[in-house]
Amino acid sequence: MTPIQVKSAGLLTTVQDLGREGFGPMGVSASGAADPIALRLGNRLVGNADGAAGLEMTLLGGTFSFPHGAVVALTGSDFAVTLDDVHVGLWTSIKISPGQTLSLGHTRSGARCYLCVRGGISVEPFLGSASTHILSGLGGFEGRALRKGDMLNIGPATESCRKRKLAQWAREAFAPRKLLRVTPGPQVDWFPESSLQSFYSGRYRVAEESNRMGLRLEGSPIPADSGGEMITEGVSLGAIQVPEGGLPIILSVEQQTTGGYPKIANVISVELPSVGQLRPRDEIRFELVDWDTARRLLQEQEQLLASKELILG
Amino acid sequence: MHTAAAELARFQPASDQSLLVYFGQQITPEAHQHVMRLLRLLGLEPVTGIRNLHPAYCSLLIQFDALKLGHDDLKAILRPYLDRLEDVHLPDPRRVEIPVCYGGEYGPDLNEVAAMHSMTPAQVIELHTSATYEVYFLGFVPGFAYLGELPMALVTPRLATPRRRVPVGSVGIAGNQTGVYPFATPGGWRLLGRTPTPMFQPNRSAMSLLSIGDRVRFTPITQEQFAALENS
Repeated sequence: MTPIQVKSAGLLTTVQDLGREGFGPMGVSASGAADPIALRLGNRLVGNADGAAGLEMTLLGGTFSFPHGAVVALTGSDFAVTLDDVHVGLWTSIKISPGQTLSLGHTRSGARCYLCVRGGISVEPFLGSASTHILSGLGGFEGRALRKGDMLNIGPATESCRKRKLAQWAREAFAPRKLLRVTPGPQVDWFPESSLQSFYSGRYRVAEESNRMGLRLEGSPIPADSGGEMITEGVSLGAIQVPEGGLPIILSVEQQTTGGYPKIANVISVELPSVGQLRPRDEIRFELVDWDTARRLLQEQEQLLASKELILG
Repeated sequence: MHTAAAELARFQPASDQSLLVYFGQQITPEAHQHVMRLLRLLGLEPVTGIRNLHPAYCSLLIQFDALKLGHDDLKAILRPYLDRLEDVHLPDPRRVEIPVCYGGEYGPDLNEVAAMHSMTPAQVIELHTSATYEVYFLGFVPGFAYLGELPMALVTPRLATPRRRVPVGSVGIAGNQTGVYPFATPGGWRLLGRTPTPMFQPNRSAMSLLSIGDRVRFTPITQEQFAALENS
């Protein structure tokens, strides 16, 4: 197997794919890449299937050496990447010669950068997925974030290596947004008009205590009316739940599977990758759309992803 | 002609890729039976496009592939399932005993819970081990079973400030529920004791010790027994 040596791991670097489905009855959430579009595009740039495992880095990237070389692509946010001290760009395949070192620094844009490798990162799947579930220590590489000194394996590649890059129009089409479109949450009726007005007119700031489970927001409190007794129920990805204090929380990929707080809204599917790119202190706003719009936007996104002009080369 | 379950069921979109099915808005044995039956029927006769199921006390959250299905498509598909719920046979509940070492460092809240209810710690242990609990569902983290219901005299609010880290195996109570933490996680339940029995093991065929519908009893053990079981 071809190795990757972890010289430094960065702030929080984990093995992720597109997550595991179907284990809700055991309390297992999907996990997977917080920005799944970036992972999918990165995999296509190196000739992998969309769901191959890559490395997800958070705010500060790691340093990796490739004793036998590799073909890689970096996608998502720009973490100031260099290959043997020469700057390299995102959204393109990069041929790494044996012994070269890839270094990532601090983010210059959003929260997460993905390193995809031709052949994918090879780990023992857990419940059908390579994704790391950090809280329970399951999946990924030994169920944990990478550390200095770890040695990863690259899987066998199926396609020949050809230089590829993402079309400029696609970079713009998939750019993360700060105005998040949402649909009504299942308990929207529990919120008084004043809370709804604050929610849709105000700005919210992503709090420091945000992670792959959820993003805590700071801004105008939007309490639900008191009196309703919430019975714990299943919660969906992107749900915006509002605990007693009135400050909303957006549930992210490593979410709890059930919850007992009322939900005012839910981020629409096409905007979930944008949630994965939010950093602490980022400011966001919310815009209500109807169900048909949410569905149409998702179909349009998949059409763009299916375009023959998406990847050049 | 609709059956009682189908009459009771109410659909609520939760997101553009999920739909909640509610069987009333109260925690009742009937509502929970309906949840388990729908979960079982959807397991026996899977629907193309359904990606995940999240059962709870009186609801089932169905997550679907929004490129294949819309809410109305799914509702139409589910109606015949709901009409057949009464015919779904649920297997007899499994009975599971969980050994617990109460108090001391394993149950740091035992004395306070006892004081809150003007009981001795021994009475709290006796009450907690006297009941047979039903697994309503698993949620929060892998293998965390929501068990109910606690004897009335033990109903206790959760901690005002959750602990940042609850040790693995901790047995806690909150409201009228009890449960075991399968992993060291943050948590706000009051801790009465700890079990050496692993609740979730990825290398065990069933992985989760408990499944929805199981009946659970807790049995008291000593520190020596805890140590012996932990090492076995």
